[in-house]
Amino acid sequence: MTTQLPPGLQLEKLNERIMTLNVGPQHPGSGHMRLIIKVDGDYIVSCDPDPGYVHRGEEKMAEYRNYIQNIPHLERPVIHDSCNVLYPYCLGVEELLGVEVPERAQYLRVIASELNRCVYIQYWLAIYGIFLGHSTMFMWPAGDRELLIDLLEKMTGARVTHAYFVPGGIRNDVPANFEDMCLKRVNYFEKRIKEYAAIFYDNPILISRTSGAGVLSRDDAIRLGTTGSTLRASGVDFDLRKKEPYDVYGELDVHSNVLKEGDSYARSKIPWLDMLESCNIIRQALQKMPKSGSVRVKLKPNPKGGNDEVYKRVESGRGSLGCYIVSRSKPEPYRVKMSVGSFRNLICMPYLLKGEKLGNMPAVYWSLNYWPVEADR
Amino acid sequence: MSAIAPKFRFSYFLKSVLDNVFWIVTLFTLIGIPLVMILLFYIELPVINGNKLLDPYLALTTLADPSRQIPMLKSIIHSDFFRITAFPGFGFAALLAAATIFIERKMLAKLQLRVGPFYCGKVEGILQLMGDGLKLISKEIIIPAKADKPIFWAAPVLFVATAAAFVSLIPVASGGWVVADIDVGLLAVFAVIGFFPVITVLSAWSANSKFPFIGGIRALHQMVSFEIPLILSVLGIVILTGSLNLTEIVQSQDHYWWIVFLPIGAIVFFIAILAELERIPFDLPEAESEIVAGWLTEFSGMMYGLVQLGSYVKLYAFAALFVVLFLGGWHGPMVWPPFPEEIIQNGISMGPITLHLPGLPLLDQQMLNDVLWFVIKTMGVIFVILLPRGVFPRIRIDLLLHIGWYKLIGLSFVNIFIALGLLYAGVLGPGGIL
Repeated sequence: MTTQLPPGLQLEKLNERIMTLNVGPQHPGSGHMRLIIKVDGDYIVSCDPDPGYVHRGEEKMAEYRNYIQNIPHLERPVIHDSCNVLYPYCLGVEELLGVEVPERAQYLRVIASELNRCVYIQYWLAIYGIFLGHSTMFMWPAGDRELLIDLLEKMTGARVTHAYFVPGGIRNDVPANFEDMCLKRVNYFEKRIKEYAAIFYDNPILISRTSGAGVLSRDDAIRLGTTGSTLRASGVDFDLRKKEPYDVYGELDVHSNVLKEGDSYARSKIPWLDMLESCNIIRQALQKMPKSGSVRVKLKPNPKGGNDEVYKRVESGRGSLGCYIVSRSKPEPYRVKMSVGSFRNLICMPYLLKGEKLGNMPAVYWSLNYWPVEADR
Repeated sequence: MSAIAPKFRFSYFLKSVLDNVFWIVTLFTLIGIPLVMILLFYIELPVINGNKLLDPYLALTTLADPSRQIPMLKSIIHSDFFRITAFPGFGFAALLAAATIFIERKMLAKLQLRVGPFYCGKVEGILQLMGDGLKLISKEIIIPAKADKPIFWAAPVLFVATAAAFVSLIPVASGGWVVADIDVGLLAVFAVIGFFPVITVLSAWSANSKFPFIGGIRALHQMVSFEIPLILSVLGIVILTGSLNLTEIVQSQDHYWWIVFLPIGAIVFFIAILAELERIPFDLPEAESEIVAGWLTEFSGMMYGLVQLGSYVKLYAFAALFVVLFLGGWHGPMVWPPFPEEIIQNGISMGPITLHLPGLPLLDQQMLNDVLWFVIKTMGVIFVILLPRGVFPRIRIDLLLHIGWYKLIGLSFVNIFIALGLLYAGVLGPGGIL
């Protein structure tokens, strides 16, 4: 039996200075994925990301369940950003079925989605901190995240997997004193995350280590199709909440955060600025929200879409998250395809890591705002 | 703030302690003493005081006689064996290292708004370290199939041994409380430190694995490039004292600590010991997210435990060296209460019995006071060494080498010029004003 060596190992055979490192899946510095890295001394010669370890076939599963049954499993790829993951699906199904969502439900959707964005970014930031060896930055966001998780539990009934958005509105109304509670928590949360600047973002060692690491220029960012915080850190003002407002985002004053540097430091700072902006949006939404009213349009049992197809996208924690639904006049969708920010950002990783030092690998890798499970779906 | 486990009752805690005491006393009285008595009947006993044959009862009273016990204890305390194993040597260092681990965990937990070790030992998790040690001992030791086994086995032991050798050079109190008081003590310290990179590289290489290899190379770079500022930064003190003997260096700081005159040297030395100890922000050889656990990746079970013990003993030794060189060693105001004179003169009266205790005190007041100040200062330095772990992220290797080769070496030369200036101006040194 002749075994053909994979291309990476052939390179190692050719040049004995080059060493192959398998970063993942059993490595503390990788997610549920593998990076095949070749190093020459301390410099990375090439990087080959190998996702697919947590592929669960969510899109195929969606073809065997009707529009309502799809809700709980479609949020599984990113359970700590579950509202935002369901958002484009719900928007798409509503358009297919021709449903108009009540205004109060739209505002509550915005609040839930912004809270969930903060929860996601806190989780992401915790891991970014521990990847850089900063253990306090692991504990603080992981602890402060609980504030919003408790709030979301009161709102939706579940701590992490909310399944809150349904086609036609939201699953249930919020408790009576929710607005005061939410305002109080969000104000405290904002005060708390502003303290992160002192210990993390203004830390001279952090700045010396991450600024200038993995610079992605504006043109490259557009050419490689990146999205979300990676794109905005490279100086492209692309925030779907502002560019293509969905639900009531058009009525709110949304500021999109843009930095020009395009390095690892800028990419790590954008989500933090986004959290501050989310607090702002939540306060606006709480003010403008109608105090009472219906939150859900009752659908027919087993609703059928027409012979139609629809594409909707929202700004998730990792960037633009699109959902393409094809309907063939049946209770089940013919095809559901999700276009996720994680996979788009993963594509630029080999370009960024080539020629970098090995010590920059975690800083660049996690700053791309990439969640392996979402990329695999 | 104190945190106590939810189901904790102080009475339960007392009861468990008293239970243990009860069983120990009971078993000793019912089994131990009869056993000794029975054995002693079959042993031919020597004659004491000319006319009296020692019987079992007399044997016990002789052993318990303070006039015999105190000289025995004194001879043990002043023996070399005690010095090497227990007091200024390894046992003392290991005890302080254990305290360091506990302080590190609790302090870091408070910094990060969490509780830290909590349940083990019921009060503040004080027995957590013991639990961890038991876990490490009971774990299987796995050795990579292609490892160079003798070197791989020897590396953790050598690491601890080198750390212990380092400890033996540190003077703890006046009156010769040091294991090895040699005239070139400071040179000997640097000779011992020079072994650490060798052991690290040997263990990393012998594991025959990629991540330990990278970690070992990183450790070699880091230790070698920070040893130079480490040595240069203490040169100022050697110039001013005119001695390499650590005890003499401490004695020279009777009135002024060297940190007052040589603050730059102290800062350089402190940063260099952070790098030598592989502590955050210089923990590159163990950078978790890049190279798993660096050169410790393949160690398992108690081999890993030994390396950790060695690194904490090393931490104590470096902190103690900082105290000896810059913070005046054991010097401090006398706060230890003197041993009561009347006990030495009259003995202790308990009802009808008067116990005469000739030869007390076992340790003189000066020595105990010295040790107290030494431990306080050392723990202070250790605390400052631990603190960056909660504040800084890990640095990158090129920035690390840049700091070592450019900034710290430059600063340590500035420090040497300050020392020379003080010497030639006649302020300090032999025949100086101060």
